[in-house]
Order: sequence, then structure tokens, then C-alpha cells
Amino acid sequence: MTATSRTKRITGMWVALIVATLVSWTLGQSDWLGSTRRTSIAILIIAFLKIRYVILDFMELREAPLIMRMVAEAWVLIVCATIIAFYAF
Amino acid sequence: MQNLIDDIQETRETTATKKQTHIPGEAGIWVMIFGDMLVFSFMFVAFMYYRRADVVLFEQSRAHLNQHFGLVNTFFMLTSSWFVAMAISAARANRVKMTVAFFRLALACGVGFSVVKITEYAQKINAGIVLNTNDFYMYYYVFTGIHFMHVLIGMSVLAFMAHYAAKGDFSPLKVSHFESGASFWHVVDLLWIALFALLYLLQ
Repeated sequence: MTATSRTKRITGMWVALIVATLVSWTLGQSDWLGSTRRTSIAILIIAFLKIRYVILDFMELREAPLIMRMVAEAWVLIVCATIIAFYAF
Repeated sequence: MQNLIDDIQETRETTATKKQTHIPGEAGIWVMIFGDMLVFSFMFVAFMYYRRADVVLFEQSRAHLNQHFGLVNTFFMLTSSWFVAMAISAARANRVKMTVAFFRLALACGVGFSVVKITEYAQKINAGIVLNTNDFYMYYYVFTGIHFMHVLIGMSVLAFMAHYAAKGDFSPLKVSHFESGASFWHVVDLLWIALFALLYLLQ
């Protein structure tokens, strides 16, 4: 990836992360999803998606050896699923 | 015109390096990073386990947190992480002054985060809410405290990197050192994203 395209990608990602933060904040303050339970699950999913993209784009595991990326992706998925399971059941 | 040149360059690079991978920083730093993430994941799960045992208490206590502090600190963390990523791009392009400036901006966000965190702790302590107030606050102080130590270590790393960058002479090894420090700072950011959701937002 060239310097220019990397800069564009990480800047776009920063904007997306800020927007995602505002979305989860607004969800928490409103009743858009109809229930606290749905709102909280949405907030958790948004948080772990943000974490995934920090790992892929800021930490550049997108370009790392596949095994490293897989370990990180598995961590995000397992931790997110476990937290939601404890929350919901 | 410059864009066109960049595009052509990029096409060439992607064709030439399609199968090439790159580990940012030294491999050793990744052992530490994954270890740290593993420890925090156990902490998150422990929090959810004990939360389930007393949802009412956890929810009442959470409602007493000042969520605006958490929100502002999330902006500080995301922005400093972005500055650090920009510093790495600048370092790879051999732009010394820009690299130093981005590391300093990231450090400034770390200072902002610390000021907010200390203000938040001070308000809680003044209101008589301390570590042993209840289970929720025990987790709140321990988790944010361990995270805050990461922030302080990360800020020293950022200060060092700004100083180290100012000397110029960016060899591939030096850029790799920057990448190691940057990767650590990104972990501090991503752990905060999880803590903000778990402690402040989860209802």
C-alpha cells in the first residue's frame, strides 16, 4: 500500500470510528431499538467492530501473516460472543 | 497528476507484493500485545459474570458514572491512535518533522485523557465512592486503573518516540521500532473501546 492510500484509509477509519462512537452513544440515550436489551447488544457489537478495525487498519494486521490476523479476529469474535452470551442469557 | 502517479505506483506495488506480508514492529512486541489482550479478555468476562449475579446494583452504580467523561476520553483515545498511525505513515515516507509532530499530537491526546481520568477519579472519591464501595466500583477502579497505567506507559513511549524521531535518520530498523511503540498505543486504544462499552454504556 502506498503512503497516500494508507493515509486515506486510516483517516477514513478514524472518521468511521468517531461516527460509530456517536451512534452507540445516541443509541444508549434513546429508545430507537425498543428495548434496553437490544440497545446494549447493539452497543457491544459496535464496540467490537470498532476494535476489529483498529486491529486491521491502525495496527495493520490486514497486511500481517494470516496466522496473526486469524488470532486477532478469533479473539474479537470469541470475546464479543462470550460477553453477549453472559449479558443475554 | 500526482494522484495518477500515486495510483500507477500503487498498482505496481500491489501487483509486485500481492503475497508479501508485513509484521509491524518486532515479533516480540506481539507476544506481549496478545498476552495483554488475553488478560483483559478474562477481566471482561469476569465482569460480565459478576454483573449477572447482581444486575440491579451494577446498573444503579453505572448510572452514577459521568458518561460524558467516558465519551470525551473515547475521542481522545481514537484520535491519538489515528495520530500515531499517521506518524508511522510519515516515518515510512522519511518525513522527520511530520513524524515528530504526529507523535507529539498523540501524546497531547494522552495528556487530555489523563486530565479527564484524574478529574473523574477525584469527583468519585470526593463523593465518597471508592474501591470498596461495591462490586461494580471495585471493577471500575481496578480495570480503569490498570488501563490508566497502560496509558502512562504508552505516553512515556510516545514521548520517547517523538524524541527519537527528532534525531532523523529513519532506517528500516528505526521505523520498525516506531511500529512497535505504535502497536502498543493502539492496544491501549482498543482496550479503552471495550471498557467504555462495558463500564459506561452497557445497561
